[in-house]
Amino acid sequence: MNDLTPDREERSAGLKGLGCSRKRVEDARFTQGKGNYVDDVKLPGMLHGDFVRSPYAHARVVSVNKDAALALDGVVAVLTAEDLAPLNLHWMPTLAGDKQMVLADGKVLFQGQEVAFVVARDRYVAADAVELVEVEYEELPVITDPFESLKSDVVLREDLAGQTEGPHGPRKHHNHIFTWEQGDETATNQVLDGAEVVATESMYYHRTHPCPLETCGSVASMDKVNGKLTLWGTFQAPHVVRTVASLLSGIEEHNIRVISPDIGGGFGNKVGVYPGYVCSIVASIVTGQPVKWVEDRMENLMSTAFARDYWMTGKIAATKEGKITGLHCHVTADHGGFDACADPTKFPAGFMNICTGSYDIPVAYLGVDGVYTNKAPGGVSYRCSFRVTEAVYFIERMIEVLAIELNMDAAELRRINFIKKEQFPYQSALGWEYDSGDYHTAWDKALKTVDYEGLRKEQADRVEAFKRGETRKLMGVGLSFFTEIVGAGPVKNCDILGMGMFDSCEIRIHPTGSAVARLGTISQGQGHATTFAQILASEIGLSADSITIEEGDTDTAPYGLGTYGSRSTPVAGAAAAMAGRKIRAKAQMIAAYLLEVHDDDVEFDVDRFAVKGAPERFKTMKDIAYAAYNQAIPGLEPGLEAVSYYDPPNMTYPFGAYVCVMDIDVDTGVPEIRRFYALDDCGTRINPMIIEGQVHGGLTEALAVALGQEISYDKMGNVKTGTLMDFFLPTAWEVPNYETDYTVTPSPHHPIGAKGVGESPHVGGVPCFSNAVQDAFRAFGLRHTNMPHDHWRIWQTANDLGLHE
Amino acid sequence: MSDKMHIKLNVNGEDHEFLAEPRDLLIYALREKLNITGPHVGCDTSHCGACTVTVDGKSVKSCTMFVAQANGAEITTIEGIGQPDALHVLQESFREHHGLQCGFCTPGMITRATKLLEENANPTEEEVRFGMAGNICRCTGYQNIVKSILAVASELNSAKEAAQ
Ligand code: FES
Ligand code: FES
Repeated sequence: MNDLTPDREERSAGLKGLGCSRKRVEDARFTQGKGNYVDDVKLPGMLHGDFVRSPYAHARVVSVNKDAALALDGVVAVLTAEDLAPLNLHWMPTLAGDKQMVLADGKVLFQGQEVAFVVARDRYVAADAVELVEVEYEELPVITDPFESLKSDVVLREDLAGQTEGPHGPRKHHNHIFTWEQGDETATNQVLDGAEVVATESMYYHRTHPCPLETCGSVASMDKVNGKLTLWGTFQAPHVVRTVASLLSGIEEHNIRVISPDIGGGFGNKVGVYPGYVCSIVASIVTGQPVKWVEDRMENLMSTAFARDYWMTGKIAATKEGKITGLHCHVTADHGGFDACADPTKFPAGFMNICTGSYDIPVAYLGVDGVYTNKAPGGVSYRCSFRVTEAVYFIERMIEVLAIELNMDAAELRRINFIKKEQFPYQSALGWEYDSGDYHTAWDKALKTVDYEGLRKEQADRVEAFKRGETRKLMGVGLSFFTEIVGAGPVKNCDILGMGMFDSCEIRIHPTGSAVARLGTISQGQGHATTFAQILASEIGLSADSITIEEGDTDTAPYGLGTYGSRSTPVAGAAAAMAGRKIRAKAQMIAAYLLEVHDDDVEFDVDRFAVKGAPERFKTMKDIAYAAYNQAIPGLEPGLEAVSYYDPPNMTYPFGAYVCVMDIDVDTGVPEIRRFYALDDCGTRINPMIIEGQVHGGLTEALAVALGQEISYDKMGNVKTGTLMDFFLPTAWEVPNYETDYTVTPSPHHPIGAKGVGESPHVGGVPCFSNAVQDAFRAFGLRHTNMPHDHWRIWQTANDLGLHE
Repeated sequence: MSDKMHIKLNVNGEDHEFLAEPRDLLIYALREKLNITGPHVGCDTSHCGACTVTVDGKSVKSCTMFVAQANGAEITTIEGIGQPDALHVLQESFREHHGLQCGFCTPGMITRATKLLEENANPTEEEVRFGMAGNICRCTGYQNIVKSILAVASELNSAKEAAQ
């Protein structure tokens, strides 16, 4: 027996636990076309729903005539607000504490707003019927600019007229939503007034959209015989959807089953609750048949949640040597027609107050004003924790602008202001406690790897060559150093509609030593079935290959708050580890009983418990699992199961250092990314292969946002970028290869030290690409220009600087 | 609505006959009439390639072809490219090199890649990037997709060389 025992390392490798680039278990079905996405759900008698949408951005709905549509063969129902009103479903609460029309109730507030819901035999008939619904509109003045909105006499939200108090405090104007203030404005202004140097800049972080490849959709099936509603859908938070559906419909929560099947990417788009989900439920209740609703790409871009749209003004104070002494930030936030931000309730501007970034800034102030306009509602975190992308873009631009003001190197300016390793846990001026970090080490490693000094030398030579007329290409060196704040979050801070943002894991060990674990999260491509099994493998000593992970079915999974804001690993990952530890604690007692020693005399060793000092006397976790079900153990209940609900003590703070080298053709405005280096520190690394994949993906979405992706409107409120013809999604042809690197600074409060990584590359990537473009023109006097830096805008910048003369 | 047409297709080696309207798109015929749900719908403008299938030997975005135009054709979808016990090398390679995340683009990607490697058995990285530019992925950033395809190309080529 003894000599057959494989050595520790081998046993450990066999588990495929933490740190292993385990191949993904999801891939077998996805590579064979056997994924099950919501549009693949097909039920007997299923009907198709489709929306009549408003062509106007602001209009009164005078009448809706359904007769012609209802007369069409195959049309089963046409629902309007009037039909939903008796059920009190014509409006629904938003996650941000506002309410939103499900179907136009008297007026429309943005182009593409849902006016009527047609239910028909198949998608073609439904689309035909949409054309036959006659809606009479009376146009109203359109406001697409938040500053204009705050001055306008036009009342956008008539339902709120006269209400001077909103869910987040006083409203200053009928189109104003909230003011949110953090930090000390008086002290900040004093510092600014007395500062040696102050740099001021205004910047617009344009509106964009997460645009996952799969659009949003749902299938509702109301079984009138047993009173049960089953709802499949693209939900990043299935349990929250169940609770909301119950509150809205009056159906008791145990009679609702919400299933998130495979999800074709989310990136924040699938956090919110959309009218289509509600309408599919109502339509199924009304018709008694299952109803499917899947939006098309245009509907997706025009109506389901946008991201960003922040007008930010900053003032940064510093000494002549570059030591930052204070920061002031004001944001005018365009939320569109309804405040449907997917933020935890207490943070109407998300975690925008992480805008002091990675720097030790003693005093700061942040003020955010939310405003209604005639644009689509929302404000989701597009591949970032709530509003962190905006915050990091803001500070990383302010640093660049300050560097220009001081005539200093931007890398050095960052270095002298970083929070130092020994300052962690660090209390920021705007109220966060950063858990851990080692910024200087990461920064130095990044700069050394890319030969930063060499790059600056080359850049200076290039400028000279350009001036001599030897080249028409300028070179930009983009820098960014970011600190993310993820893992929402401590229940004391974070809740969604009153539900604390904990997460959960339940594990059942089977007698033969395999297991199933269920979590309250849901993968949208992150590979949870692979990585959560790895966390558990290391905790409970069974191979990851013997552990099935299930998510997304509210009938089986414990209550959880879902997957977004990089919260799965920090919160559900922690719950998994804690549940694993409960299993291990019971396993220890079983092992001690089997080995006939005291509980304290056995110790855990990779995949077994062994008697201390006598490693040849052991019971493997497999033996223990079997015994748990097949032996009466005095004082212990049979079975081996555990559940853990994890309320994190703090958020986690991943960070990273990125460098982008770009060549820009001043005559065509085309940027060419020569090199992109990304160093990420996400604490303990669970699966390096998956981390790398997340970084590639996040950087590519960052490239898109920085270099061209935009939801833009004309003055009439028409969406100008509503299809993939105008909305930029990079292809393989436009995307470079990325170099990835890492340091490891574990989170001190997370059970396994992990911090989350899915969104870091987007958060850090956007300012890095943008800084690269802007840096190319620094030598010619550019201070700041707004994204997206598409070819035309870059050309325009060059032109404005006189580089075409 | 006009009269239905009698359509015959051979999909993944199996013959199918059914009625369809002239306006029915190939993608919906596959997905909704034949329950072949590997090819997906990601856009309405022929940009994303999630719906890519092979029609009579050519890569086709099946959202951009009426089923009537495909009448009588031989069609291969992701379901016909490999079998659970005999995966196509590209299917293996995408898994090996982490060339997919949410999986929504993957059927179109792999289907297109099979053709790409037939069109050009020994592509450069540039040629792979250009040849795959009709297929959008929102998750992977393409780096590992390109790697997956190049790995297969070099594997096939060294096998060929060894055989010669
Ligand atoms: S569905 Fe996008 S190209 Fe066919
Ligand atoms: S893997 Fe998600 S779109 Fe490609």
